[in-house]
Amino acid sequence: MKIAYYPGCTLKNRARELDRTARESAALLGIELEEIPVWQCCGGAYTSAKDEIATKLSSVRALAAGRQIGDGRVATVCSACYNVLKQTNHEFAVNPDFDFKVNNYLKGDPEYHGEGEVVHLLELLRDEVGFEELARRVTKPLKGKRIAAYYGCLLLRPSSALAFDDPENPKIMEDFIRALGAEPVLYPMRNECCGGYLTLSDRETAKRRSTAVKESAREMGADFMITACPLCLYNLTKNTDDPIPVRYFTEVLADALGLGGE
Amino acid sequence: MNHDFKDRIVRMSGAAVEKCMRCGKCSATCPNYGEMEYHPHQFVYMVERGEVERLMASPSIYACLTCFACVERCPRGVEPAKVIEAVRLEVIRQKGQNYLKPDDIPATLDDDLPQQALVTALRKFAK
Repeated sequence: MKIAYYPGCTLKNRARELDRTARESAALLGIELEEIPVWQCCGGAYTSAKDEIATKLSSVRALAAGRQIGDGRVATVCSACYNVLKQTNHEFAVNPDFDFKVNNYLKGDPEYHGEGEVVHLLELLRDEVGFEELARRVTKPLKGKRIAAYYGCLLLRPSSALAFDDPENPKIMEDFIRALGAEPVLYPMRNECCGGYLTLSDRETAKRRSTAVKESAREMGADFMITACPLCLYNLTKNTDDPIPVRYFTEVLADALGLGGE
Repeated sequence: MNHDFKDRIVRMSGAAVEKCMRCGKCSATCPNYGEMEYHPHQFVYMVERGEVERLMASPSIYACLTCFACVERCPRGVEPAKVIEAVRLEVIRQKGQNYLKPDDIPATLDDDLPQQALVTALRKFAK
């Protein structure tokens, strides 16, 4: 199957491995991530204020462009892009004033009214490939590895708009880890904040938050952690002294599918 | 008390501050509680009372991580993070009030800092 793909700014720069391993793994599993021909950065954060329209137009344009590819859904890999695009799309469903104002801004571009759908690669792996099938396709199972899934905030909240998984007891990444032949590690801080963008303005806060997350994973015996978010990966590696490795879930996926070489 | 500010914050945030029952769960779950002069539950009841200008003058508006733990866990659906965001926007939308300026960025850069951090921080802290 072919699906529209919105990589986002970071996957074209610092997180190129997230982009590459996502595309290669998906292709091997029969999902062609076809990049939207023209797209702009989502802005990294969804501004919740009702009178913020212009900051959401790049997401709207991406969602509108996605209608030309595959079945009209737009796939993302980065947690922030997923959060911003999905909250933007949700606003059309609950706020007619937003729809009206957005389409006034878009004069000249095709209209868009929230008819698209945003999906994360993890959801495609679960729902299109299926974790049982994924387990069958694994050639290098990660046997004996204890992996801690780090959800952070952006994949889960606000659940009213994202509906990604149970916001307090998610399981999609743990099921993913099991499919790769490894053992998921449950730990209390897996859905708490890493410190996010405060690393720029108040690095000490980012250090405290990231250290708390990693200590929690360490206490529960993790060998390494996985995330879908470049900023989480940055905070959990650069803003802590804890040596537990943190990897993108797609890197681990590519390894298990035998794409990583020897 | 300034009702103009209160009305604007309520309209901008869309948050139902009057539904707050003062349970304090938002502040209890806030990961950055310790760095705030005014905590999430105080943002809610101070906006309800019209004490917006005191909040606007507090560095607490830059301490919110927008992690939405308070929004998710509020038993009354009050959405404190949206209130904090609206108060912060009320400040940074004023001329010359950008909290983070493009000129501040080079000093924060390192080889691994993702672009996502820059665009997010600028969206949160600058207009």
